[in-house]
Amino acid sequence: MTIGSVGLTHFLILAAALFTLGVVGVFINRKSVIVILMSVELMLLAVNLNFVAFSVALGQIAGQVFSMMALTVAAAETAVGLAILVVTFRAQGSIAVDDLGTLKG
Amino acid sequence: MPADLFFYPLALGLLGAGTLVIAARNPVYAVLALIVCFLNGAGLLILMGAEFLGFMLLIVYVGAVAVLFLFVVMMLGVDEQRDVRRGFLKPVGFALAMGGLLFAQMGAVAWLWPTVSPGGPSDARAETAASLAQDGGLQALGRTLYTDYALPFQMGGLILLVAMIGAVILTLHARGKTAARRQDPRDQVRVRREDVVQLCSPPSGQGIAP
Repeated sequence: MTIGSVGLTHFLILAAALFTLGVVGVFINRKSVIVILMSVELMLLAVNLNFVAFSVALGQIAGQVFSMMALTVAAAETAVGLAILVVTFRAQGSIAVDDLGTLKG
Repeated sequence: MPADLFFYPLALGLLGAGTLVIAARNPVYAVLALIVCFLNGAGLLILMGAEFLGFMLLIVYVGAVAVLFLFVVMMLGVDEQRDVRRGFLKPVGFALAMGGLLFAQMGAVAWLWPTVSPGGPSDARAETAASLAQDGGLQALGRTLYTDYALPFQMGGLILLVAMIGAVILTLHARGKTAARRQDPRDQVRVRREDVVQLCSPPSGQGIAP
């Protein structure tokens, strides 16, 4: 896959940077679980970019099929995660990560 | 066609919006930055030649997931996040170190990939490659999805069903027994005729007094 001067490596490094952003976002956020969920979405987007880039570069359609699966699972994960978040907020009145230590014992 | 001119603006937009997602003080701004992120990602997918997945990313993520995030952020209230910087700066060095390490590893793999890759598409994949170049792989995608990957496709539907039921159950039960309107079969069976039926003969032109 070559688009002008842009090749597969460009897309891979871009996806790596995006994935790293997601990981850093999970690490540095102490304010709310919502932002952590959004960071997970960033990571999933990076993975999807990788899948499609390899699919196009190698001429194999399976990568795009798997990307669709990842999309489905991501949607399900978001729905359930946000539902859990809403329930937690109702029970505790806060969604800050520091306040979610109930299971610590 | 100067298609590579589109790559760098899209990539910059993606990374910039991603940075805003993880660093924004206001979660609403974070969600909006996430939407911009998805838009740029869809643009990149379309640039790669996977038009169908690009537009599906638009529909699923921008249309559903991001709006869901926005709903929840606004429902939970943003003034909850008054002390946003509490504990924010402490692990940032650690996070940057870990991120740098991770990016170095993945970047190395991406950099070395062309030296170890099998090269371009082989003859057996030439048909798929042609379809990818022609219509964004839509035909090949459908053919593969409904034949070779029919079972994972069904599993995806099942996962969505389970997620839907799970989300509904979670948010319904936490509200207590009074808020959700439920049927009580015992009350329904025990209802008597006198409770629900009233026979009357209304006079003409007057109707029934309430």
